[in-house]
Amino acid sequence: MIRVVLPAHLRTLAHVGNEVSLEVAGQPTVFSVLNALEERYPMLRGTIRDQVTRERRPFLRFFACDEDWSHEPTDTPLPEAVANGKEPLLVIGAIAGG
Amino acid sequence: MNGVRVLVGTRKGAFIMTSDGKRQKWEVSGPHFAGWEIYHMKGSPVDPNRLYVSQTSGWFGQIIQRSDDGGKTWMQPGTPPGEPTKTPEGMPKGESNKFVYDTSAETGKPLTTHQWYDGTQHPWEFKRVWHLEPSLHDPDTVYAGVEDAAIFRSKDGGKSWHELAGLRGHGTGPKWQPGAGGMCLHTIILDPKDEKRMYIAISAAGAFRTDDGGATWKPINRGLRSQYIPNPEAEVGHCVHHVTMHRSRPGVLFMQKHWDVMRSDNAGDKWTEVSGDLPTDFGFAIDVHAHEPETIYVVPIKSDSEHYVPDGKLRVYRSKSGGNEWEALSKGLPQSNCYVNILRDAMAVDSLDSCGVYFGTTGGQVYASADAGDSWAAIVRDLPAVLSVEVQTLK
Repeated sequence: MIRVVLPAHLRTLAHVGNEVSLEVAGQPTVFSVLNALEERYPMLRGTIRDQVTRERRPFLRFFACDEDWSHEPTDTPLPEAVANGKEPLLVIGAIAGG
Repeated sequence: MNGVRVLVGTRKGAFIMTSDGKRQKWEVSGPHFAGWEIYHMKGSPVDPNRLYVSQTSGWFGQIIQRSDDGGKTWMQPGTPPGEPTKTPEGMPKGESNKFVYDTSAETGKPLTTHQWYDGTQHPWEFKRVWHLEPSLHDPDTVYAGVEDAAIFRSKDGGKSWHELAGLRGHGTGPKWQPGAGGMCLHTIILDPKDEKRMYIAISAAGAFRTDDGGATWKPINRGLRSQYIPNPEAEVGHCVHHVTMHRSRPGVLFMQKHWDVMRSDNAGDKWTEVSGDLPTDFGFAIDVHAHEPETIYVVPIKSDSEHYVPDGKLRVYRSKSGGNEWEALSKGLPQSNCYVNILRDAMAVDSLDSCGVYFGTTGGQVYASADAGDSWAAIVRDLPAVLSVEVQTLK
């Protein structure tokens, strides 16, 4: 199971708690984890990445195992610790006022 | 018993205020969608319990919410609770959040660039829904005015959205440019006597009309004069802030332009200025009395850089002659040290026998008048900045 931690507003939208667990077939990547997330929680479509281009929204970033994954190609395999559920993939909103 | 429901969108959530026909005591619910910008919420004239909401965020994008019970419960219409989250083809649902510009050959490949602040061409990029206008005839049909400027329509209760691409396709798009608030389509007016006729307005492009249900559009800006564009009388490029109409006279339009209050008596074919004796004719909001089609309301704002009321006094101005002669309405409104703005969609009227007038401020107050503007009282004083106010008259 892959663990994903979402920002508070997205938890409210998806009616979930602090983190969600997802089944992802094969070696997980940011792309495949987001696919699984949007499949299970379709109300999140468009909130993390553009619905057409699949580009990350500019004020959101991805972190895993203390590393910034925001600018990695989204088909890069995530670390083993994320793949085996030891560590979560973090979706974090920019601290940009608001 | 008659009553009213006031739908208020703010920078940090939505609020719903209800009262009986006297409009003296109010119940306030909210914040709904706490922490999100609620650009607009509006009820269906056919089914008043059907509400549509534009919930938006610079971080998380655009969400459409719908209520079928007058705001007690909400759903994203593309993902109703309990329904499968996938289509039979295996694609995830959630289309209610999806606004994709039409670039298909069938609709004439609408232009995909507009003018940027520096005069260069810039691609159209969807940012948010500014205004939702439910159909006058069908609760499942609703129009959305969006930034970057375009009009979308849903015919399935907000589940899916499709652009009426003829607006961007008609040819002047490269001359449209963003105003300070972005390049937004903020006004949608449906003609109650002619289902095929609609009006829209864009900052900063101007007003447009369709007479064929949205397939083709024409600019209706003759008579507008804007000193802040290279050709003050250009066909497009005017920063129209808001347009309104009385439902008994669909051919008569009133406009608050960036500067200037205007009227048209021929469905926008020609405009004349009716600013008359206003202390300043800059402003955003404009509305018409529910029963007197020549009685109109504006809130003058000091200038295009000083977005607050003049002299520290909050005054609504009313004209009973369709413009030119105006009277200040200030009873119950602050008359010193007031520096709020009233945004374009933040004024509305009810249709009770004694017409109620409502407006919200960037200071978080929502004011109501149960006597057509003669006197005012605050329903609430300390909300987040108010972006929009709509009123439903409940019978």
